[in-house]
Amino acid sequence: MAAVTRGIQQTRRIKLEAFRAVVFVAAGIFFLVPIGAMFEFSTRGAGDQPRTLAAWQSIGTYPDLVAAIIASLELAAITTVAMLVLLVPTMVWVRLKLPRLRRIVEFICLLPLTIPAIVLVVGLFPLYNWMGNNFSDSILTLAFAYLVLVLPYSYRALDVGLAAIDVKTLSEAARSLGASWLTVMWRVIVPNISGAILNAAFLSVALVLGEYTLANNLLYNNLQVEIAMLGRANAGVSIAVAVASLLFAFAVLIAISFVGRSRRVRKEAITGLTGPLQGASS
Amino acid sequence: MVDANGSLTLVNFGHLSREYIVKTTINTFSISAVTAIIGAVFGALLAYAISVGNPKGLLRRITLSASGVLAQFGGVTLAFAFIATIGPAGFVYLWFAQHHADFYANSIWLFELPGLALVYLYFQVPLMVLVFLPALDGIKPQWREATESLGGGTWHYWRYVAGPLLAPAFLGATLLLFANSFSAYATANALINQGQPVLAQQIGGALSGEVGTFEPGFAKAIAVEMVVIVTLVTVAYSLLQRRTTRWLQ
Repeated sequence: MAAVTRGIQQTRRIKLEAFRAVVFVAAGIFFLVPIGAMFEFSTRGAGDQPRTLAAWQSIGTYPDLVAAIIASLELAAITTVAMLVLLVPTMVWVRLKLPRLRRIVEFICLLPLTIPAIVLVVGLFPLYNWMGNNFSDSILTLAFAYLVLVLPYSYRALDVGLAAIDVKTLSEAARSLGASWLTVMWRVIVPNISGAILNAAFLSVALVLGEYTLANNLLYNNLQVEIAMLGRANAGVSIAVAVASLLFAFAVLIAISFVGRSRRVRKEAITGLTGPLQGASS
Repeated sequence: MVDANGSLTLVNFGHLSREYIVKTTINTFSISAVTAIIGAVFGALLAYAISVGNPKGLLRRITLSASGVLAQFGGVTLAFAFIATIGPAGFVYLWFAQHHADFYANSIWLFELPGLALVYLYFQVPLMVLVFLPALDGIKPQWREATESLGGGTWHYWRYVAGPLLAPAFLGATLLLFANSFSAYATANALINQGQPVLAQQIGGALSGEVGTFEPGFAKAIAVEMVVIVTLVTVAYSLLQRRTTRWLQ
């Protein structure tokens, strides 16, 4: 009887491993080939000439493109900082003092998820028209709209971090030792949710760098709009920039996962703490 | 909702019955449904392949991070990636054409709805993995053992135990995928320059006046149509989600 069961389990495991191999290989082909194809396309020589990096080297010779890259990077930085400054204190405060408001804050933060970006454009269009005429028509004003766009993703990332620590006990302990609220935030809460903060920051940077709908319809030339326009004139260069922006996102993600891990390891090594103080960076 | 004299009007909503808007609505509905169902099936297979592996393994970490990035993949980059792969100058197409398998013999379908559907799958499948994996992780090995001790085989397990338990999560995730395709704009706009086959592009068109006329009121009417559909789908999703969490924790 036992031998029969073991036999069944053995064949089942072999079948399962075969299934996994097939699925992973198929997924790998579907997801990696297009990225590889972008590399291949952007290094093609004209006509029958050998492979070149000409398209990559000429990125700097398109002033509009360079301006768009800088604008998108600035937008990513502004949006991310503004998001953290707005969300982290609010979420901590709501958890500590206004637990009844938590549902409402959550609902407001997750709302942009259910509204298509193009619908946001319809509402923002007259607003940006007015702002362009009376206030400033700089592309950096897009940061206001992007702040709304990144709210749901950042909220969820930060919420995971805050749920993993005991905000109340930590802040009461710090307060009873004479720390000001600023110290509590900066020296107690923030270090404990550093992993979640990095996650939220990554999501917001990735979202802003990839954003097209709002910029295109509100008539601002950010990175993606410029890539799309350039694609009609010089496909090689625009695809090279597209690959570069993608690699940048991957690089940031990997960097963040390493920073998160080394912090956790160090904390374990130094304090040996297990319990509510730990595990915020998952 | 406000006409030229500043009074309220419903004329813009009446315009929603224009023939091309009805056609676009049907197009958008069908492409969203098709990519949601195909994306859900393949995403679920991939998620299952991940869930039966080592929960702390490198493969799982990599696939999950990659899914996170790919589900948010910028639409423009995505369109270019597929143009570079199977576009008329892409190396996959060139290889097939050299081997007498010209898959664009009838029309270059990459720049039409079927092509758009293929490109959408590139972000639908990863999204399904992210949404569905928690449900699969909730499966307990005891259920399988219980089935076996009662004499049930693999088929019985999936048909009577795991299937019904996962069904609400699967349906909910499919609805989320539907809403995701339904709202997409960047991919369609970067891939298809002519005809504006999806609703989101019609809004962009009515706002910019590049194609057709500048009709901000009409853009708002289409926006309301989209919001109503997406809201219905999201409410259904959250109801199903509530049902899921009862069992899979």
